[in-house]
Amino acid sequence: MGIIRGEEMVLNIGPQHPATHGVLRLQVRTDGEIVSSITPYIGYLHRCFEKHCESVTYEQVIPFTDRCDYLASMTMNFGYVVAMEEMLEIKVNDRVQHIRVVMAELQRIASHLLGLGAFGLDIGAFTPFLHMLRDRERILDLFEMTCGARLLYNYMWIGGLSHDLPVGFVESTYKFLDYFEPKIDEFVNLLVHNKIFVERTADIGVMPQDVAISYGVTGPNLRASGLKWDLRRDDPYSIYNKFEFEVPVGEGGKGSVGDCWDRFYVRVLEMKESIKIVRQALASMPKDGDVHQSLPKKIKPPIGSIYKRTESPRGDLGYYIESDGSNIPYRLKMRSPAFTALSVIDEIAAGWLLSDVLAILGSLDIVLGEIDR
Amino acid sequence: MTVDFLFDSLVSLFPSWENTDPFLVISMLIPLVATFGFITVYALVVIYAELKVSSFIQDKVGPMGQGVGLHAGKWGLLQPIADALKLLSKEDIIPSSANKLLFILAPFMIFVGAFISFIALPFNGSIIVSDLNIGIFYILGVGSLAVIALILAGWSSNNKWSLYGGMRSAAQIISYEIPAGLSLIVVIMLAGSLNMQEIIIYQQGGISNWIIFDNPFMPIAFVVYFISALAETNRTPFDLPESESELVAGFVTEYSGMRYAFFFLSEYANMFVVSVVAVTGFLGGWQSPFSGSLDSPLMGVFWMLSKTAFLIFIMIWIRWTVPRLRVDQLMHLCWKVFLPIGLFNIFAVAIWTVLFG
Repeated sequence: MGIIRGEEMVLNIGPQHPATHGVLRLQVRTDGEIVSSITPYIGYLHRCFEKHCESVTYEQVIPFTDRCDYLASMTMNFGYVVAMEEMLEIKVNDRVQHIRVVMAELQRIASHLLGLGAFGLDIGAFTPFLHMLRDRERILDLFEMTCGARLLYNYMWIGGLSHDLPVGFVESTYKFLDYFEPKIDEFVNLLVHNKIFVERTADIGVMPQDVAISYGVTGPNLRASGLKWDLRRDDPYSIYNKFEFEVPVGEGGKGSVGDCWDRFYVRVLEMKESIKIVRQALASMPKDGDVHQSLPKKIKPPIGSIYKRTESPRGDLGYYIESDGSNIPYRLKMRSPAFTALSVIDEIAAGWLLSDVLAILGSLDIVLGEIDR
Repeated sequence: MTVDFLFDSLVSLFPSWENTDPFLVISMLIPLVATFGFITVYALVVIYAELKVSSFIQDKVGPMGQGVGLHAGKWGLLQPIADALKLLSKEDIIPSSANKLLFILAPFMIFVGAFISFIALPFNGSIIVSDLNIGIFYILGVGSLAVIALILAGWSSNNKWSLYGGMRSAAQIISYEIPAGLSLIVVIMLAGSLNMQEIIIYQQGGISNWIIFDNPFMPIAFVVYFISALAETNRTPFDLPESESELVAGFVTEYSGMRYAFFFLSEYANMFVVSVVAVTGFLGGWQSPFSGSLDSPLMGVFWMLSKTAFLIFIMIWIRWTVPRLRVDQLMHLCWKVFLPIGLFNIFAVAIWTVLFG
């Protein structure tokens, strides 16, 4: 009896597939259910945003940042305006800073809700997805109240904001937080301690810390591997150094550190921390201050370049902006956290079963809009 | 039973006819048409139930009418009919690279497997198409026809996802028939018969005489049977053959319109069959839970259908609550958990019956 050698089959997952979170093509080589290698092909959602930015003025770049990571537009705006303000040496007033932090953290909750829900969906749990979308809807309502848009806000401007907070926003936000905090425990009961969910995620797709670092994985995926690295704490921008919050890291609660379960649970904990930050920011928000106070009349940064990174829900979001002294950027490059998260998939998912590959892909919480730009 | 009754009444109605063969054909056709009608109506009802129950679980309203005659009717009652009409009016697509004969054959085979199981399902003491003396054995036997149909569907579509679905379903259904069968063997040991009606009559005399309460091992057998039945009908958490987030739609990926509807219909028909078998084997069949009352033939139909509906409700409930297992975990559960439990149960019940029976 010799060894039976199975023939490998090349299987294309996507670009139209329910579990690819957009238009991603994964070319996997499979022997039966076992996957031996995974090659991601990207570019199906490429819209030339970085090139476009070279032909529009600095203010007009902001809508493009919205459309990159369309699930976390606020933090995409935030990163860009923080970079531009540092380049232009603009100081914005305290009220603007507080509003920005509130929006960014609400956006983080909304993004994590969708990410966790879609992860559950990849594993076959349909109900948590809809429960999470239901609560995300209330955050979108808050955004709609503020700037009229529910997905692509164009809310944060260089040197200020497009609108001040509407009447009743603070109360509505408090109401939402009071409603939402106990709901987190509901999700925890529905998925995190569910026997089948634990079986499907614990010890699956373990990403060791050194692999995560060498691939440049950041954000919740890196923290799930056990490294306490959060730009809000380690390289504070805006006014994050004023707030007290924990940086949750993966502890291998059900399996080993850095598995899919940790990546899920870290995001759950991060939502709790975001709630803390929103509460602190709302409490300490100054009553007066014009959000248009420091909007510059003309944006012409000095010749030079800047690289500024901020913490988006998916990780280190970097903006490299090069100025030639005119009112349009000479070059604008985004460092996309989802791109690095996707690049690690072959390393951590090869050798697992086909179902696990999709679970691991779901646990990385990628957004194709940001990968392809 | 029903076939014999119809045949006898036809013979006595026309005593002058020498040749009784036409009577036989007619008395067979009537129950078959009635069964087909029952399956169709039942499918519409259970699809509506599935939509509504899932909506309540997911905190949404589900199909709703905006007023009389608008949208999907009052409370969305017309939604399943609209769905059925949509499926009927869809374009019938056969992929050019598919094996046409097998591709067309598969939906019919799977439906036949589900349909002929209905022959041995008892609705009360006399309503049963044919009271086979090996009823429970027959249902298990024709139930496995589905495997062939699923492999055919998966193979003939010439699609990698379909192939995965077909292979998974073959492994899954064949494996889970064993624990399901072992759990039913315990029932057969107690009742001393393979006949569905005799198993039910054995449980006469109220809720305490139901087989599930017969001895401490029977609830275990019931749970093993019920979970295996979930796996056999490809319901979540065992819907791997058609898991939509992994295999697009598994073996039905290439099917559309009426052919898809047949797969859909037979899934729901199978749910009914396995629930009736569970009710017959463990929950007293058409017997009233209260000894000596509410046990007229009509109430028999009521008890049978309401017990079945309860089990189907639990299936829907489970579907919308839990995630999906992985293929190796599925096999692990079957061969390393359910099979030993099933075998242990047989010995335990045998010893229990000898000591206390």
